[in-house]
Amino acid sequence: MDIPYTVKNRPDTGLYNGKLGIWLFLASEVMLFGGLFSAYIFLRTGVESWPSGSEYLDIPLATLNTLFLITSSVTMVMSWASLKLNDFNKFKIYAGITLLLACAFLVIKYFEYSHKFHVGYFPSYNNFLGIYFTMTGLHVLHIIGGIIVIFYFWIPGAKMWESDPERFTNRIEIVGLYWHFVDLVWIFLFPTLYLL
Amino acid sequence: MSELTPEQVKHHIKTYVLVFVSLAFLTIVTVGISYLEVSVGMGITLALIVASIKGSLVACYFMHLIDEKVTIYWTLIATVVAFLILIFVPLSAILDHTKI
Repeated sequence: MDIPYTVKNRPDTGLYNGKLGIWLFLASEVMLFGGLFSAYIFLRTGVESWPSGSEYLDIPLATLNTLFLITSSVTMVMSWASLKLNDFNKFKIYAGITLLLACAFLVIKYFEYSHKFHVGYFPSYNNFLGIYFTMTGLHVLHIIGGIIVIFYFWIPGAKMWESDPERFTNRIEIVGLYWHFVDLVWIFLFPTLYLL
Repeated sequence: MSELTPEQVKHHIKTYVLVFVSLAFLTIVTVGISYLEVSVGMGITLALIVASIKGSLVACYFMHLIDEKVTIYWTLIATVVAFLILIFVPLSAILDHTKI
């Protein structure tokens, strides 16, 4: 039995099912991260003084990571655009670059975390580091999830391009929406934790 | 976005590059703001304004929200309302403390 509306839009929603599904998922993600931003505001406004991010965190490394994520977002959307132009080879190149940039983000995060642990800055050290590790840790989990899905569509899942190219293109659009959301969260995490 | 012609996709690609350059520039601006000698309140306001512009660019152009279907807009309006309530809950607690 075929799964309905994987390519064609449903008459009632005007969207294919996967697209509405990912937007509903992203809505729940907004609430997940929203809860943590709310906790951050609560913690920060509840004390007389709050440490500046630069006291504990490495701003140049985080700036580099921001540039990595922004670049990965554009390569992700370019991979989708390449499929729209029937250029599968370019899709492979752009998706591969996206994966590389995502891994580079994780490598930098690894160095950031390991340095903090080395000098004794654990989540239990103070409220600032507690919320920093919680928010960036959850974000890192989202990056890892994105890497797994993009890798799947890059190698094993790419076979679908031969049998059902439109459906495969829609799948890339969906994973792209997730990836842009992960980028969007970082766009707010970066100034909130590192710069304010 | 499923019914785009190749010409439209090529036009979109130019937009993606422009948005990417803008995002990179605004990232530098965000970092620059953190070095300005301004009050904490002003620093937070400026940083969040720049972050909101960057977020809007990603949502509108990379996530194609600028020409999406109404169903998605309604989903997001409901999300934004719930998100704002969530964000303002701690602020209401502050007002409570102020009364005391």
